Amino acid sequence: MTPGQTSAILDVRGLDAFYGQAQSLFGVSLQIARGEAVALVGRNGAGKSTVMKAIMGLIDRRAQAMTFAGHDIRTRPTHHIARLGLGYVPEERRIFTDLTVAENLEVGRLPARGGRQIWTSTRLYEIFPNLGEMARRSAGHMSGGEQQMLSIARTLMGNPDAVLLDEPSEGLSPLIVEQMGQAIVEMKREGIAVLLSEQNLAFAATVAERALRIETGAITFDGPIEQLMDRIG
Amino acid sequence: MSLSFMIAQFLNGLASASSLFIVASGLTIVFGVTRIVNFAHGSLYMLGAYFAVTLMQPLLDLSRSFPMFLLGLLVAAALTGLVGLCIEVVLLRRVYRAPELLQLLITFGLVLVIEDLVVRIWGPLELLGPRAPGLRGAITIAGSQVPSYDLFLIAMGPLVFGLVWLVLHRTRFGILVRAATQDRDMVAALGVNQSLLFTGALFLGGALAGFGGALQIPRAAASPQMDIAILTDAFVVTVIGGMGSVPGAALAALIIGQLNAFGIALLPKSTLVLVFVLMAGVLIVRPYGLLGRPEPLSLRVAVPEGFTRLMPPTPALWLMCGLVVAALVVLPLLADAYSQKIAIEVLIFALAAFALAFLIGNGGVVSFGHAAYFGIGAYAAGLAVKRLGFGMEAALLLAPLAGAAGAAVFGVFVVRLQGIYLAMLTLAVAQIVYAVAVQWIEVTGGDNGIVGVWPARWAEGRVTYYYLTLGVSVTGIFVLHRMLHAPFGYALRAARDSAVRADAIGLDVGRLRLLAFMIAGAATALAGGLYAFSKGSIDPTLLAIPQSVDFLAMLLIGGIQQIGGALAGAAALHLLRVWALPLGDMWRMVLGLTIIAIVLVSPQGIVGGVAQLVQRQRRARTSS
Repeated sequence: MTPGQTSAILDVRGLDAFYGQAQSLFGVSLQIARGEAVALVGRNGAGKSTVMKAIMGLIDRRAQAMTFAGHDIRTRPTHHIARLGLGYVPEERRIFTDLTVAENLEVGRLPARGGRQIWTSTRLYEIFPNLGEMARRSAGHMSGGEQQMLSIARTLMGNPDAVLLDEPSEGLSPLIVEQMGQAIVEMKREGIAVLLSEQNLAFAATVAERALRIETGAITFDGPIEQLMDRIG
Repeated sequence: MSLSFMIAQFLNGLASASSLFIVASGLTIVFGVTRIVNFAHGSLYMLGAYFAVTLMQPLLDLSRSFPMFLLGLLVAAALTGLVGLCIEVVLLRRVYRAPELLQLLITFGLVLVIEDLVVRIWGPLELLGPRAPGLRGAITIAGSQVPSYDLFLIAMGPLVFGLVWLVLHRTRFGILVRAATQDRDMVAALGVNQSLLFTGALFLGGALAGFGGALQIPRAAASPQMDIAILTDAFVVTVIGGMGSVPGAALAALIIGQLNAFGIALLPKSTLVLVFVLMAGVLIVRPYGLLGRPEPLSLRVAVPEGFTRLMPPTPALWLMCGLVVAALVVLPLLADAYSQKIAIEVLIFALAAFALAFLIGNGGVVSFGHAAYFGIGAYAAGLAVKRLGFGMEAALLLAPLAGAAGAAVFGVFVVRLQGIYLAMLTLAVAQIVYAVAVQWIEVTGGDNGIVGVWPARWAEGRVTYYYLTLGVSVTGIFVLHRMLHAPFGYALRAARDSAVRADAIGLDVGRLRLLAFMIAGAATALAGGLYAFSKGSIDPTLLAIPQSVDFLAMLLIGGIQQIGGALAGAAALHLLRVWALPLGDMWRMVLGLTIIAIVLVSPQGIVGGVAQLVQRQRRARTSS
């Protein structure tokens, strides 16, 4: 993929990341265009989650260049990066279990940057009816699938322009995975770019056109997702 | 026990529960959000009381009415909240990513500074505040007189609880505070500016502490000692209730209020022991308190609070140690009597501080009550000589045994815990020992302590006692150091770095840590015994919180990541103290500012700084 500087909303070049003393990413580069859905595939421990945490500034990292919507995000604090319009849905979901469902959404709420509030709790309750039914209940009482929906909905409350989605289908029943896929399609329709980390290549192919493969902390493939599927067989 | 007496005690317990809850809720909110145990919370409580004393009289002169009194309380609370806000912006903001030990120490540095400022502004004497208009009398309930102000206090507890609940559940700020209490990294990833949240939490926490302090002035005079006194109570409440949990603080305050009220009636003088038994019991069944939850996961990798890069000693190091010991051997020939006395004290503190470094640096057990074992040793030696007629030699053998025994009893509870809960329990334990020393007057002599604890005739001479101390300290330090490089030391470090993995390879982590706790306790108690004979007298300040902080400050000043740090720190701190002696009360300010400056500027301490310099030079040499 040619690095179309202007069209890429997220542009990462030469990203290294560290857990304490140990380096876990080695010169990762990736570009995502506005409204594009890209799958980040790789085995357990290959570095998928680390890429996302490093972009968000949640772990120590350095990069040759790293911009989001044209802003250098290498030295910005995490909350600044989120406020620029980059959403993050972590693998562990990290729901605030002490808060109600509605309160979880409130934590994610940010004023819309373009002036247009696309995602409201009302709309999100329509997309995820389960959440609407338990809005006043403690988020700790929800099933894994419901927590995953809440985690995505909570991030959408910030009206992001791009979302880092870390293994949304992991450990979920096929029915919920399907619902997840629909939600991602909905996000794309609103022009949100998505970086989706997945082990389930078949699921990734239903929503993403392009794939990146990561192995031991480095990108080893960048191209159309069908090509990657052919290669793996 | 009559019914009216029981009702009176019950109401009394409710009133103190209310006061306790108001202070502890502030502490627990601040901890929940910032993950810092704010030692200065007691100082904010004290400031609230002093603000109220100062403000109330002019206000009541305007109009001697209850609403005016209430206004005075609120203004005092708001002012204290502003102090809390400044503390966050100026200091705490800089240490959120620092190890817990440094965070605790910097807030304790603040305690010392504020205490000194309070004495400077309001004087060292107690200040009595005005009584509340309209609440001066007493009401007869079921045949016993209950002060009306107590009833007012009883009402304030639930009222504050309700208000705090509303703030936490019905405002965006409160929802964010609760979310951050659980997972602050995730809150940041959702675009919330944590700095503002933390500043707000410190304002709220400070205002609650200040309100609690202001509420006390009609009952008790404001004094410069009230900060430490309330701190222990507030810690116990938050630990039992679960750190970060406001309902937990309310529940724990209710239990402790009643326990104190009825405990005093049933078993006078044993209330502190009862509180300890309760705290230990709760922590065994629920290690995170009644309504607390385990530490939230954090992505950050904290700087290890212990020895990194522990190498077997090189010949060059042995040579250096030999030179230092040789210098110490010839020192009495060159120094005057006063310097010899100072040198004896430095050697004693070096042994105690090294034992603490052994425990924290190698064992990962961050003890905040190290003075307890120093004091146990001193009291054991003193009591053996004065009450049991032991000789000095036997007393010095008894001291480490007593230290190890004390460490064994408390260690059983302590080593089961981790991180901040462990630190808080060691502190609470030390306060219990302190309280026993103060209250059990028949045996310990109370505040007066024990006098006339002199060495055996052969060791009476200062120079002889110096050599005795030198021999014992160097041997003790050598033995502890040897353990660091023995399989026991390796196993302990493994348990420090990953308890789970150590467990998985078959190490009994709990037993290892208990053993380390007992060894450190024994070595520290031995130092305490030496100290008793060098001074000739013992008093409870030896086991008070400031003494524990002194030991930690020695490690901090010397450098927590280096083995030699404790020794250099013991010497540096004691010499600084001797130098600052003519400053009198200023000492607190000097020590407080020193601690704050080191945490902010050079957290690796003296030895760490030197080691860094040497490394940099070596690197420069190899590269050129």
